Amino acid sequence: MSSPHNLSAPQPAAKLARRTRPTKTDLADRLFRYLMYVASGISVAILLLMGWIIAGQALPAIDKFGLGFLVSREWNVPDLQFGALPLIYGTIGSGIISLIFAIPIGLAVAIVTSEDLLPHWLRSSIAFTIELLAAIPSVVFGLWGFYTLIPMLLPVQQFLHAKFGFIPLFSTEPSGSGLLTAGMLLAIMILPLLAAVSREVLLVVPSYLRTGSMALGATRWETIFRVVLPKAFSGIVGAVMLALGRALGETMAVTMVIGNADNISPSVFSPAYSIPAILANTFAEAQEDIHIGALTYLVLILFVLTLVVNMGAIGLVRFVERGEKS
Amino acid sequence: MAKNPNMKQSTATKLITPLSLRRNLLDRGMTILAFGLTIVGILPLISVLWNIIAKGSPGLTAVMFSKPIIDDGFANAVVGTLTMVGIAACLSIPIGIATGIYLAEYEPTTKVNRSVKFLITVLTGVPSIVVGIFTYNAVVLVTKSLFDFSYSAVAGGIALAILMLPIIALTTEEVLKLVPNNFRLASSGLGGSKFQTITRIILPTALPALTTGVLLAISRGIGETAPLLFTALFAQNWADNLLSPTASLPILIFNLYNDPDPVKSQLVWTASLFLLGIVLVINLPARFLANKQR
Repeated sequence: MSSPHNLSAPQPAAKLARRTRPTKTDLADRLFRYLMYVASGISVAILLLMGWIIAGQALPAIDKFGLGFLVSREWNVPDLQFGALPLIYGTIGSGIISLIFAIPIGLAVAIVTSEDLLPHWLRSSIAFTIELLAAIPSVVFGLWGFYTLIPMLLPVQQFLHAKFGFIPLFSTEPSGSGLLTAGMLLAIMILPLLAAVSREVLLVVPSYLRTGSMALGATRWETIFRVVLPKAFSGIVGAVMLALGRALGETMAVTMVIGNADNISPSVFSPAYSIPAILANTFAEAQEDIHIGALTYLVLILFVLTLVVNMGAIGLVRFVERGEKS
Repeated sequence: MAKNPNMKQSTATKLITPLSLRRNLLDRGMTILAFGLTIVGILPLISVLWNIIAKGSPGLTAVMFSKPIIDDGFANAVVGTLTMVGIAACLSIPIGIATGIYLAEYEPTTKVNRSVKFLITVLTGVPSIVVGIFTYNAVVLVTKSLFDFSYSAVAGGIALAILMLPIIALTTEEVLKLVPNNFRLASSGLGGSKFQTITRIILPTALPALTTGVLLAISRGIGETAPLLFTALFAQNWADNLLSPTASLPILIFNLYNDPDPVKSQLVWTASLFLLGIVLVINLPARFLANKQR
């Protein structure tokens, strides 16, 4: 295209006629590209190196305990007997409890902030407020959980134990800290992630599906339950898995409220121990090589567990996004 | 339009028939339930803020900001946190932005590029305690055997950088993809090389959004505890240099939260208030801007 207003128009034309760019520009271009490649290489190398070093450090313990480590119940430091089952139980148990509380609240927040129940400014300010929860550092949540949440929950737990103590779920005397408390604190911490991802998934459900359903006479909630949520189902499952991955690896807050006792009990009131919590508490004190090895074996289990959950979640969310674009 | 009077009437009667009681109640009930649950979701935030402010503010004195922990202040923890986050920022911002540029600008549809993005997304999901123990093995043990220092602010900074890096890379990619493609076409149409297009057109255009992304990553780094447990350790007093164990605000809270001494427990609450203050001061404007830019 010619530019009649530009008097110096012939100059770019003369430049264009040159077949190659000046070598200086070309060199900068190539150098820049290699720099970007190197940086991306470093980012990827960190993840691979992480897997390699952790697996390497865990190798002595893997040789000694084998896969039996996963199902052995004894964690005895003086006798150097190590089994991961109580810790895996505490990690997954608290994760599942957190989902039980976080899924209904997270979905409610996602629906309230994506459907047109409220004026726009109110919707976005609710979403913003929930988002702020994600900014609070984990250790501050732990402090709040220890000094505020536990005293608040204890009477409720005592009541449940007194009235429904015959149910195994409530069968032990509550002491405040325990699996249930940890799960509830985790629920608060994963809520913003769950709500934000679900909200994004709900927002990409095309509006003609909503208007179509309502035009056929469905009420708002019939539309949400039978049209919007089924359409968004796989994306919401992805959001739940992302949140679960976050819950499984959460360290400080859980360490401060889970009770730190490596038992397996059907009761949700009994103190438990999670993999991140035992690492935070004992990794620095571990002396014997086999103790350190067993702890690193736990790190490997946690690493693989979160990797699998996250990869599944990312796969699902991507699948949904691709489906929407095509 | 031709109108059929019979049909018009039946549609009209259908339209004025009210919803059955069951459907009506279900609809109202679900709305109330959803609002109720949303309020339940907001309550913890209010409770956390209220508690931390109420219990932390009585301890906010000048002594806190001028004396180290051993003298019942937290000045050395504040300096330690800032030092380590500074080191982490110096490492993670250039590498993270460069990775984001690669993801957004260099063959973004190829298999290699998508796999790199997948692995970096996976890296964001790695638990912070795993990053801490990895850094302990990869940095602390190595410096211990090669040089004569082990736990250090440098190791803590590297651990935080590993956590911040993927966040920065992914936000950079997202932000660069929002720059209209016309800008790239116009720049290369005028003879700009890829290097010139990225550094003179795309990055300046995306700079405000890029800044908010980086700020959010930094605020995440400030609050992290687990990666510092086995890398920077803790110190009651001022750190000698960057290669010695260093205190930080989150570790101060974790180490002393159960301390029976009332002076120390006041220190913990005030440190929490200050930490929360820094994090919110960064987050409020950054998130507000980020929401507006969308």
